[in-house]
Amino acid sequence: MADPQYETHDFDVIVIGAGGAGLRAAIEAKERGLRTALVCKSLLGKAHTVMAEGGAAAALGNVWPEDNWKVHFRDTMRGGKMLNNWRMAELHAKEAPDRIYELERWGALFDRTADGRITQRDFGGHRYARLAHVGDRTGLELIRTLQQRAVAIGIDVFMEVKVLRLLTDGDGRVTAAVGYWRPSGEFVVFTAKAFVLATGSLGKSWKYTSNSWESTGDGVAMAAWAGADLIDMEFVQFHPTGMVWPLSVRGILVTEGVRGDGGVLRNSDGERFMFNYIPPMFAAETADSIEEADAWYEDHTNNRRPPELLPRDEVARSINSEVKAGRGTPHGGVYLDIASRRSAEFIRRRLPSMYHQFKELAGVDITAEPMEVGPTCHYAMGGVRVDADSAATTVPGLFAAGEVAAGLHGSNRLGGNSLSDLLVFGRRAGIGASDFAEANTDPVRVDDAELNAAVAGALAPFERDDGESPYDLHHDLQETMQDLVGIIRTESELRQALEALATLRERAEHLKVDGGRIYNPGWNLATDLPAMLTVSTLVATGAVERKESRGGHTRDDYAGPDPEFAKVNLVQRIGADDEFTIVPESRPPMPPELAELLEEAH
Amino acid sequence: MGDVTMEIWRGDEDGGEFTEYVMPEVEGEVVLDVIHRIQAGPAPDLACRWNCKAGKCGSCSAEINGLPRLMCMTRMDELPEGEVVTVAPMRTFPIIRDLVTDVSFNYTMARQVPPLAPRDPEPDGTYRMQQIDVERGQEFRKCIECFMCQNVCHVIRDHEENKEHYAGPRLFIRYMELESHPLDTNDRRALLRERMGIGMCNITKCCTEVCPENIKITDNAIIPLKERVVDASYDPVAWLGRKILRRTRRSALEAAADAPAYATPTLADTALPAAADDHVDADHVDADHVDADHVDADHVDADHVDADHTVGDDHAGDLDNAGDE
Repeated sequence: MADPQYETHDFDVIVIGAGGAGLRAAIEAKERGLRTALVCKSLLGKAHTVMAEGGAAAALGNVWPEDNWKVHFRDTMRGGKMLNNWRMAELHAKEAPDRIYELERWGALFDRTADGRITQRDFGGHRYARLAHVGDRTGLELIRTLQQRAVAIGIDVFMEVKVLRLLTDGDGRVTAAVGYWRPSGEFVVFTAKAFVLATGSLGKSWKYTSNSWESTGDGVAMAAWAGADLIDMEFVQFHPTGMVWPLSVRGILVTEGVRGDGGVLRNSDGERFMFNYIPPMFAAETADSIEEADAWYEDHTNNRRPPELLPRDEVARSINSEVKAGRGTPHGGVYLDIASRRSAEFIRRRLPSMYHQFKELAGVDITAEPMEVGPTCHYAMGGVRVDADSAATTVPGLFAAGEVAAGLHGSNRLGGNSLSDLLVFGRRAGIGASDFAEANTDPVRVDDAELNAAVAGALAPFERDDGESPYDLHHDLQETMQDLVGIIRTESELRQALEALATLRERAEHLKVDGGRIYNPGWNLATDLPAMLTVSTLVATGAVERKESRGGHTRDDYAGPDPEFAKVNLVQRIGADDEFTIVPESRPPMPPELAELLEEAH
Repeated sequence: MGDVTMEIWRGDEDGGEFTEYVMPEVEGEVVLDVIHRIQAGPAPDLACRWNCKAGKCGSCSAEINGLPRLMCMTRMDELPEGEVVTVAPMRTFPIIRDLVTDVSFNYTMARQVPPLAPRDPEPDGTYRMQQIDVERGQEFRKCIECFMCQNVCHVIRDHEENKEHYAGPRLFIRYMELESHPLDTNDRRALLRERMGIGMCNITKCCTEVCPENIKITDNAIIPLKERVVDASYDPVAWLGRKILRRTRRSALEAAADAPAYATPTLADTALPAAADDHVDADHVDADHVDADHVDADHVDADHVDADHTVGDDHAGDLDNAGDE
């Protein structure tokens, strides 16, 4: 039992986060008969999954019968520059189709082929058109389908609860979580046999990001504070195409579907510059002439892919280089042009929300003129270390799925692999947590000292007479990460970032919040900042240690990948004394039957 | 560039008032940007909901200069230049604080929707559907649940008592989506008529006018639903079912309590605002609104459709009231 002074709820399985992974995990646990609840920071159905646009990658083979899980596995591993957890990549490729068809049974209405099957769209790094989609609002379809399923089977949902800390039983097992209701400011404790973290991303530490306010790295930080291992935190994906103008919308995502559907990137000279940036690893499968690239859209068999559809890390770096070389647009991006290549009717039908977004926010008609785009902080490949099959973290009673977990995407995620990740590993986390809950049925203990410390920490900013605004601290954190831990990194800047972060963490001890506890965004931000500062430090620490360039981690001072670093994950932990440690750990060898798939030219 | 003057409603369930903030003007901003700058400056505890800031999540609904809008999609430079910009919370829902309202009504009604009951799949375990058939449902599934259609709906905007037996436009498009779903085998018509108040809508199209996704709520969902319900009411089996259902007058909460398993009340139901329990008088449910003639008359009466107000007119008055509540 937790301290009786707090509202307390007990379940078998508690899922923290109600995006795609959290919803799918909760559905699984509930359907297995466990008392299950979802706890989420916003209203149900508003999680960041709603912003996913292009689609969910699954080798359904509906458009290209040649496609199968083996090709999807290969594409995922190559996109991640081979640093992926191969078992996760295997499970993901094999199970994604079932998860998509399951959504259809639950009511999802995907776009169709002429013969009535789920149609699929081209995306970067995927050999075949593979993304099941609904126009360019696939994330909305996915979250609404899962939300409606969760409601239909009667899952309890605690909306607008900010979870502050995971609590242990004093022996290292996670048995509870403490948070507060944002609408009332009252604290609430959840006890459970098993917890699933599905808290999503950490992009809000950067100034230009596609992430919403919720993406503050809560899950990664809470897992680390509870003693869990994290891996490969240095890998942060900068999506190549975010909006760059007006400034107030800088960073908002422009779907890769624009390029999948025929859009091309041009610099200020009008040149399709991606032909100049084809890396050796992808040269054999990438078109080297405009004619071949354009012919590919109609004939994938006899032509190679346009370089605009290289994996995201390659495209983002190329755009960065063009802008640095002085060939950028007036607002510091490049041009993404679909207007000159597809009919207005086609664009409005395939990309309705992009059309809407540019029209409303930038006053740009994408059927008539090019968009200005540039890289935006988008996705964390690194995160909580999990067992591939069960989604168990290294802490008993704690599971993790979706973006908060690490491994599937290696050093760079392919577009479309996130939505399928949520479904495949959300379900697996639900199974893993259910199994754990059924095997550990004794009433759980909660360490009241941890609980009281968490509550006291959250309330401290109200008690200071002088102190600084959480908004100012957040602003400085974003400037630091944007300037020093961005898309291109170097040792001196990373060290400078770590020093700055140490100062910011010190300043965080002296925050002051005005007003009361009822729906107070200043207080909410103050309670989000400890996680943001923790994950920012983890990312910078990993970035210093990985002395190579691979995927989403590009070092100016270590150009190119280093085969030695290909063999290791960088494992980080936070000790009880708040000490960060980082050690390289050898990755398990890939079984020969999977290794063969990488060699074959499927 | 000069300054912008914002009048933002500040308060809680006990009342409040408009507070003026003068901020420097910044090119290309939307209303939500200005709210964020006010939070980072003069009013760090100014409450508002938001998530995606790109018109995709439907969190930041408010009444801007009297019109329901998403704050993230309303550019400052499209509002009258040099004039004060007023921002008030949605009026139909109870205030939590400042611009944040308690929208749990919508979630309570969503829990009572009988879910999809899909027909059997093809022998290979999957389904075949034509694009033209999925597009009907896709229109409704564009809904981002901003709840602005619920906010402007006359049936509940000024009639708290109607919320117990009226699902509202957002839920009507959900019902129509299921009704038109190529795989669905459920029949929700009696439910719509008896407990969800489809007959209470008098087709003023306010909901359609404010929909940020341009869903034709009235034409493509509510009117077809009314027609389907009327058709069902001439069916003797449905008539019998209706007779049985009419015998009890229940709140949404009570209805949910003995509904099938899929509608089992959850903790959130039991934490509903007290108002939901106070008005179990459900006269509106049967007498007025399940009458087939009444339903029919409504939507064939063209004058009725056109005669009503524009949203803008209505809201000019609303804002004045908001501060007094």
